[in-house]
Amino acid sequence: MIPLNTDEGFSGPVVTTQAPTLDWWLLAPFLVVFGAGVLAVLFEAFVPAARRRGLQIAVAFLALLTTFVLFVLQAGSLPEEGATLVAGVLAVDRVVLFFQGTVAVLALISLVLITERRDGRDAFAAQAATVPGSEQERAHIMAGSQHTEVYPLVLFAVLGMFMFPAANDFLTMFIALEVMSLPLYLLCGLARRRRLFSQEAAVKYFLLGAFSSAFFLFGIAMVYGYAGSVNFAEVRAAVENGGAPAFDGGNGEPLMLMGVGLVAIGLLFKVGAVPFHNWKPDVYQGAPTPITALMASCTLVAAFGALLRVFFVPFGGSLELWEPMLWTIAVLTMVVAAIVAVTQRDVKRLLAYSSVVHAGFILTAVVAASTDGLAGAMFYLAAYGFTTLGAFAVLTLVRTRDGGQELGDIERWAGLGRRHPGLAGALSLFLLAFTGIPLTSGFIGKFAVFEAAVAAGATPLVVVGVLSSAVTAFFYIRIIVVMFFRDSEEEGPTVVPAGMLTGGVITVGVAATLTLGVFPGPVLDTLLPSDEAGPEPAAVMVDEASLERTAP
Amino acid sequence: MAVVTHHAYLAAEPAAATAAGSPVLSFAWLLFALPLAGAAILLLGGRRTDKWGHLLGTLLPVASFVLAVLILFDLLGRAGDARSVSVPVYEWFTVGGFSAGVDLLVDPLSISFVLLITFVGSLIHVYSIGYMAEDPGRRRFFAYLNLFVAAMLVLVLADNFVLLFLGWEGVGLASYLLIGFWQYKPSAATAAKKAFLINRVGDLGLLVAMMIMFAVLGAISFSEVFAAVPGAGDGILLAVGLLLLLGACGKSAQLPLQAWLLDAMEGPTPVSALIHAATMVTAGVYLIVRAGPIFEAAPVAQTAVVTVGAATMLAGGIIASAKDDIKKSLAGSTMSQIGMMVLAAGLGPVGYVAAIAHLITHGFFKAGLFLGAGSVMHAMNEGVDMRRYGGLAPKMPITFATFGVGYLAIIGVPLLSGWWTKESIISATFGVGGTTGLVLGSAVVLGALLTAFYMSRMVFMTFLGEPRWEEGVHPHESPANMTVPMVLLAIGSLALGAFLMLGDRFATFLAPATGAEVHHFDVAHAFTAPYGLAALVVLVLGVAVAWALYLRKPVVETAPKGNLVTVAASRELYGNEINEGLVMRPGQVLTKALVVIEDKVVDAAVNGLGAGVRDSSSGLGRAQTGFARSYALTMLFGAVIVAATLAVRL
Repeated sequence: MIPLNTDEGFSGPVVTTQAPTLDWWLLAPFLVVFGAGVLAVLFEAFVPAARRRGLQIAVAFLALLTTFVLFVLQAGSLPEEGATLVAGVLAVDRVVLFFQGTVAVLALISLVLITERRDGRDAFAAQAATVPGSEQERAHIMAGSQHTEVYPLVLFAVLGMFMFPAANDFLTMFIALEVMSLPLYLLCGLARRRRLFSQEAAVKYFLLGAFSSAFFLFGIAMVYGYAGSVNFAEVRAAVENGGAPAFDGGNGEPLMLMGVGLVAIGLLFKVGAVPFHNWKPDVYQGAPTPITALMASCTLVAAFGALLRVFFVPFGGSLELWEPMLWTIAVLTMVVAAIVAVTQRDVKRLLAYSSVVHAGFILTAVVAASTDGLAGAMFYLAAYGFTTLGAFAVLTLVRTRDGGQELGDIERWAGLGRRHPGLAGALSLFLLAFTGIPLTSGFIGKFAVFEAAVAAGATPLVVVGVLSSAVTAFFYIRIIVVMFFRDSEEEGPTVVPAGMLTGGVITVGVAATLTLGVFPGPVLDTLLPSDEAGPEPAAVMVDEASLERTAP
Repeated sequence: MAVVTHHAYLAAEPAAATAAGSPVLSFAWLLFALPLAGAAILLLGGRRTDKWGHLLGTLLPVASFVLAVLILFDLLGRAGDARSVSVPVYEWFTVGGFSAGVDLLVDPLSISFVLLITFVGSLIHVYSIGYMAEDPGRRRFFAYLNLFVAAMLVLVLADNFVLLFLGWEGVGLASYLLIGFWQYKPSAATAAKKAFLINRVGDLGLLVAMMIMFAVLGAISFSEVFAAVPGAGDGILLAVGLLLLLGACGKSAQLPLQAWLLDAMEGPTPVSALIHAATMVTAGVYLIVRAGPIFEAAPVAQTAVVTVGAATMLAGGIIASAKDDIKKSLAGSTMSQIGMMVLAAGLGPVGYVAAIAHLITHGFFKAGLFLGAGSVMHAMNEGVDMRRYGGLAPKMPITFATFGVGYLAIIGVPLLSGWWTKESIISATFGVGGTTGLVLGSAVVLGALLTAFYMSRMVFMTFLGEPRWEEGVHPHESPANMTVPMVLLAIGSLALGAFLMLGDRFATFLAPATGAEVHHFDVAHAFTAPYGLAALVVLVLGVAVAWALYLRKPVVETAPKGNLVTVAASRELYGNEINEGLVMRPGQVLTKALVVIEDKVVDAAVNGLGAGVRDSSSGLGRAQTGFARSYALTMLFGAVIVAATLAVRL
């Protein structure tokens, strides 16, 4: 570890170059996923093509399952105040474990969708390097080639997602961001059908992602300039003391503000807040649907984990500085995305905009900046993750009659509810959960974040949120109306049999949506223990550097 | 769904903690869950359940009754002041300081109702097996009956107004389905609609009352609302009291919302028995007694309750005296009896025990009378005109005996059930003292006179005198599964009153729940006091007049033209005409006007808003060009916004 601060006048803790002691137990989940990813790369190199797929699937599932079990075990044994790893570059507390565990479960479910094959073919291109429509492409398809590289890519992306909310300094967070994003850029371009579209999406995602990373990096530079450190705790201390000693008597505030703003842009891009959301509809639509499901659930959870951490820990002492900014972004996100979604005709694009609106709702919890807000956001993300996975799983089943590619055009879904009541019923449940109808998980999540925002005095934001919810209800319920109450057309879609895998994912989605809606008690109590239950696990992230304002 | 903040309440209520320790009480939710499950199974199971559906539908209320008895013994095993138990059933979620869930309140008041509802309800189920044997829709009928019972149980077991309202609405729905059960008959469909609409007026009162409670008192559970009553303004309490009374009037068919009850006779007779004895009409009395603390703090609302009760009691009696339709006459009788209970409930704590005791004994004899009437109708090819009955006693001995016992009980023959409870109402009314006591007491005695008259008239016209049967009618006794419930109810009509009132058993039991002092029921005094003697005199007088008019002289087969009073009475005192003139026609005009406003103003605004959103959507959507460069530009624009909003703090 490089000593981050050698300035002699600095009175804070100085990191020295002694070899860090490693907490192998807490580090294990990272190592398992990383090891599995490396192993998978080796398989690609040395195992014959015919046997790769089975092996890769086994390794990927095993690795994710193991990490999930590890997270659960760690949550039981972790001290209340959490722990820092590897000389303080990573921090693990119960909140982080919740985010990581959620990512692990959602990634497992996404992996089920990724492994699903129709007529012996999965959702990915036979050979991504061939020109779409070329002879070589046809030859590869005939030969039955497949990209088993998908599995190591997913594992590396998941590793990034585990690190993203656990990072304890800005540089580690940046590395996590890239580890998470780069495999996703590739995965987006691997669709079997409409390949040009998919590649276009990948390139856009990459370009814009690089652009946002640049903002993020620049922000880190500014923060370092101001605080003299990239470590979260030290940045926070510097903010509270009015900047690093270098600014002795000077005014470092603008530098700090620039840092906050630029870092925020990088993170807001990842969660897809307006006006950094443009990539979402194009990428969600172009990417193979199982990858879209992965991004819509896991990436959002990880990105919000990181965003909450940055705003609550290093920037937690300067609440009043960034509050107006997040207010503005939250309002823009909730209003613009909801309105634009109204005229969307493609279900996948619609779900992309829906994801943007939901990001806006969760931002109200960030603005609340309280333990209630944190717990509300955590519940919201988990609930939304399951529901959105179920919705995308349904999408993979509805296809055109000729060619069998997914059919996203809402108008052509007319009559689906009469012919496939089970499938349409499940999708309707997911849509109602997105709307926030009581007895679905979506209602509880929305209630939790809005309640926290009201408690923190952000009532106008909640008013905007409720109005925006009303607008979103229009397009969610329109899908239900089209499916159930409109006569089917000749050109209607065909529905491929769900099978064990996709059927299982939909079932899990329905079960989670209902369970978290009807019996949210156990989960809410874990996140939000009542006052007499002692110290609050959910508060650890906040306790670490208690926020300026915890109660209104 | 109850939306209540009850954490503090649970802590404040010492009895609440004991619910967990009691295995029986923690299953209190089964009381309504069992019949509800029955309704669900029968409705969702469809034809597959045709064979055994009615048996299951009967078994479940019986099981509820057994559970209710177990709970009663559990309560009796506790000290008097620990008999009010809050039973948490389902905790939905708790966020911040806000908690939503379902809690039940098991106390002497609610368990009394539960026992009445499940016992009488079960007997009516058994009776229906025979009564509806030939009906193709029997399974559906039992499903609705179960729903009715379940909704009523939710109503009385709720520990807050929201859950009570849920049961309240469930009762409204079930009654609509049952009154209109033979919906192929236009009269039945209309009657169902009428009952539903008039009930909606009452529901609105209850709903607005709840809104005021939530807005002003900040609470919706009984304990919190009642705790907040002392600090609330008089105007608020008066408003809440009057609105609750409006709600009670709807369900209990009190003036001015009485018109549905007579038409509701279009439903199968067991439904009438259920509505009049165990469910529905008793809900209003329950509400007034349960909300006692509110009424006690609002004397004007109490006066309104007493006035409504007294007026309905007399109006019902007059209507019952003039109706030739046996069921409508009984319906008038119910109006009158419930009016008497409402009157007693309006007196405050002194009247609560009398009101509830009379409600329970009335449940027995009124159910018995209705089932008897159904048995008679069965024998008479579904004819309901008493002018074409007569001389049925030898043909239907069991029906005559059980109907006779119910008759003697309702008119208040000493030592039968009705006497005890009616006597305590009379004693409570006179006990108010002064002119008020005298006026109200006299009204009740007058009501008793009417009761004696119309019930004697009914018995004389139906069972005694010469047969005036239509051609082709061959009366016969009903099968055992119809007569056994009637016999059981007759036993209750004989002895229940004495059981409840002797030794002040019921008063002592109910006192902690209602906050009433125990008034000793003095048997000897009831015979010797002036009002007791008056009650006996009017009893004899009523029977004698009926004898003179309907037994000494032969009954004519078509109703005579009658004088002004009898015509008015047989037309239900012009209740329907008043409703049509005052409410229906102005309502229709208002509806037409509102439709115009809806089309021209509201719709235009809504559509305009929708179009506005759509236009801005396509406008904003244009930013989604598909070019990465323009997206990057948007991000840059976003960076400007971020910079600007951060710079605010500089």
